Amino acid sequence: MEWETVIGLEVHAQLLTKSKAFSGAATKYGAEPNTQACAVDIALPGVLPVFNIEAARMAVKFGLAIGAAINHRSVFARKNYFYPDLPKGYQISQYELPIVAKGQLTIDVDGVEKVIGITRAHLEEDAGKSLHEDFHGMTGIDLNRAGTPLLEIVSEPDMRSSKEAVAYLKKVHELVRYLEICDGNMQEGSFRCDANVSVRPKGEKKFGTRAELKNINSFRFVEKAIEFEVERQIDLIEGGGKVVQETRLYDSDKDVTRSMRSKEEAMDYRYFPDPDLPPLVITEDFIRGVEKTLPELPDAKRARFMKDYGLTAYDAGVLTASRELADYYEQLVRESGSDPKIAANWVTGELAAFLNRDNKDISASPVTVGMITGLLKRLADNTISGKIAKEVFEAMWNGEGDADAVIAKKGLKQITDTGAIEKVIDEIIAKNPKQLEQYRAGKETLFGYFVGQVMKATQGKANPAQVNELLRKKLSA
Amino acid sequence: MFDKTVAALSVALRRKEISSVELTRAFLERINKYKDLNAFITLEPERSLAQARAADARIAQGEAGALTGIPIAQKDIFCADGWLTTCGSKILSNFVAPYDATTIEKFNKAGAVCLGKTNMDEFAMGSSNETSYYGVVKNPWNTAVVPGGSSGGSAAAVAARLAPAATGTDTGGSIRQPASLTNLTGLKPSYGRVSRYGMIAFASSLDQGGPMVRTAEDAALMLNVMAGFDPRDSTSVDEPVPDYTKSLNNDLKGLRIGLPKEYFSKGLSSEVAKVIETAIAEYKKLGAQVVEISLPNSQLAIPCYYVLAPAEASSNLSRFDGARYGYRAKDYTDLLDMYCKTRAEGFGAEVKRRIMIGTYALSAGYYDAYYLKAQKLRRLIAEDFRRAFESCDVIMGPTTPTTAFKIGEKSDDPVAMYLSDIYTISVNLAGLPGMSIPAGFAPDGLPVGLQLIGQYFNESRLLNAAHCYQQVTDWHKRMPKGFD
Repeated sequence: MEWETVIGLEVHAQLLTKSKAFSGAATKYGAEPNTQACAVDIALPGVLPVFNIEAARMAVKFGLAIGAAINHRSVFARKNYFYPDLPKGYQISQYELPIVAKGQLTIDVDGVEKVIGITRAHLEEDAGKSLHEDFHGMTGIDLNRAGTPLLEIVSEPDMRSSKEAVAYLKKVHELVRYLEICDGNMQEGSFRCDANVSVRPKGEKKFGTRAELKNINSFRFVEKAIEFEVERQIDLIEGGGKVVQETRLYDSDKDVTRSMRSKEEAMDYRYFPDPDLPPLVITEDFIRGVEKTLPELPDAKRARFMKDYGLTAYDAGVLTASRELADYYEQLVRESGSDPKIAANWVTGELAAFLNRDNKDISASPVTVGMITGLLKRLADNTISGKIAKEVFEAMWNGEGDADAVIAKKGLKQITDTGAIEKVIDEIIAKNPKQLEQYRAGKETLFGYFVGQVMKATQGKANPAQVNELLRKKLSA
Repeated sequence: MFDKTVAALSVALRRKEISSVELTRAFLERINKYKDLNAFITLEPERSLAQARAADARIAQGEAGALTGIPIAQKDIFCADGWLTTCGSKILSNFVAPYDATTIEKFNKAGAVCLGKTNMDEFAMGSSNETSYYGVVKNPWNTAVVPGGSSGGSAAAVAARLAPAATGTDTGGSIRQPASLTNLTGLKPSYGRVSRYGMIAFASSLDQGGPMVRTAEDAALMLNVMAGFDPRDSTSVDEPVPDYTKSLNNDLKGLRIGLPKEYFSKGLSSEVAKVIETAIAEYKKLGAQVVEISLPNSQLAIPCYYVLAPAEASSNLSRFDGARYGYRAKDYTDLLDMYCKTRAEGFGAEVKRRIMIGTYALSAGYYDAYYLKAQKLRRLIAEDFRRAFESCDVIMGPTTPTTAFKIGEKSDDPVAMYLSDIYTISVNLAGLPGMSIPAGFAPDGLPVGLQLIGQYFNESRLLNAAHCYQQVTDWHKRMPKGFD
């Protein structure tokens, strides 16, 4: 039987507010345990939450970017459960009335576009962390993260393959970073994902029973976990079994999913409106204000790059993968005044390769826009050849100065003096009488040999076009 | 001196007829003398005296406000930096608050002296002060009867003149009912008038702090300090705070008093009814008119309240889990066992009962039938008041259906206990300001309180009506025998 996979994703994006969702404590990652937890975060008796409106601004920004309606009135609700890293015994979230209503994103898998619906996005606070390793026989609690604002983005069950799921997740990831509302750091847990996965016979309208996969915090794991789970469910059904609704944990070491709790054990969170917080009212003015801060979005930027700079879809995609890289590229085109395609080749070629090699972000690139501009100038005015330019780039990357400094220090300036090149050619011809004879007898492939010898003798600095022209003349003389 | 009001003591302090240190020391001695009342949970004489000395310095510099140097008993529900703050519970029996509630902070700024932390029903859940982990409080008017609750310690302290003033909190009547049962003036302000920050939550949408004193004038002086918007409490309201003493003497001529017929029907004791009728007659003499009104959904207030308040409480009390502060059970095998034992040992029976009721009311499958329905009733009850205030300015009636009952009389019958708040609960559900003032005595010698209910944020009108009544009556000046 042919099976169809159905996937919906829940993304938790930590919002980049300076202070927490309901307290004034800082949200910075990596501080000493419990140094960024104030009276409200540790839920002392008597404390009360006060909502940080910056979190709403960021949620609205996201809502506008996915074309969603913003609810003018949304309600904070308490999700009740006991756990040591949840100090109040409840999490403040939004339940019946989220801040962001239905929206959508378009993904592209192997050149095929598909619209993925987003059911809702709501604000909530993060929990703290339980530390099981460092305390013999005990569990440590770090509440630094407790109360950090999260935007939970819930998709429709619109994805039909792990590839689509990854494409959607990357799209959301790219978007939140473009909007500067989340740093997208999956290792530090500031961008997390759960997947609802089910299978059904192809053509069937009804959804199969789903499993919720947790702990899949990299793009690769999302793909692998879904693939494992789909196979598990198909094997189960084909073997005469039934999929049960449950929460499963992905184990990346063994590449399997394991049951965490079944539907029967599912918790009753006893949601109810938080009486400490009045409904969140978002006015039209507020929304218009946020709208003004929206940057150009990735899809629009890609289209513009293709149109304005004549780039291929692939190059435009690479260059707009992050707002910083796109900005870098545009600045380079502007400052260097060079052909946008040549500029694109340098950014997607050498620069991307070095960034990748050293695992660096564009913002940490040792080669600045000004430095590439200088390099492109020397290429354009024939001071150096394309081959030498790559050598110069590497030297600039290694901190040896800008293009001119590297060229001067290493003596890489191109030789364009006809007399000088002729002199070298004469010497080479004189040294190779046999090859000259063969060439003149008709073995024209030896031309390349002569070029190579000349370039070698000039350490690659002779202008290749001039070498070609002069050699041809001399050899046939 | 013990019998002096806050207003009178304030004058005496500024005239330097007495120092705050002398006053504080004298009240502390008196508290000790009558410690059998069990009105206080915690006393910190050194801390209190340090505040008194600072107040005296301020008075000497001529920078005294109305409450500078006045010793005030604080209900043990308010967090006070460095003070044991138990909320009447074993689960917080070792909790020393590391911060000040907004109310405490305001009193400190005003130069008032924290005289001690008063006894209360555990987590303010009770109407008799019998649910306190620290034991029952006795009513100074008759030590065999309850002082009311949950602010029973504050009530007993002020009634016995162990403190000139105290704070209370009122979720369903916890200021007004004990004030009524101990012959005090107690004010529950409009919801949002006084900050709840640092006031340990029972039912967040109903809780409100207020003064428990002997006169309307003292209540005005206290409210002047307590009222106001607090950015740390999102439910506090940004309304201007008037000087509540300014309008105390306004003429009552033409004041329209609404008497809800539902408050004078079955369940009201005839002795209490008689006292209330006499009080209303007194108001007529002051020029007020009386109109009969109806609050048709009154009988729904108790069932509505006993869904909503426990629902909120079940969630509010989840933080008491033994993980970060407070009592933790000694022996446990794992996390769940720690939670279960800590909470089983740390909470008393009434608190557990309400956590269970509330948890049930919020559970999947029951939420609509209980919590949502109760929310609808709450709106109906508020609507009753809105309509009633179209034909009157102040609503009056009994605060409680009977005078104080015997210790132990209702402790095995929670429903009978809940009914003692029948006239006060709907005021919290509607969020309105309510007061109880001394109105006379029943033949058994126990005090009866008159309840005044006002419109949103019109505490001034209530205080004005109460003050004028106190100018022509002396019930509020009566003192329990054996404490003079």
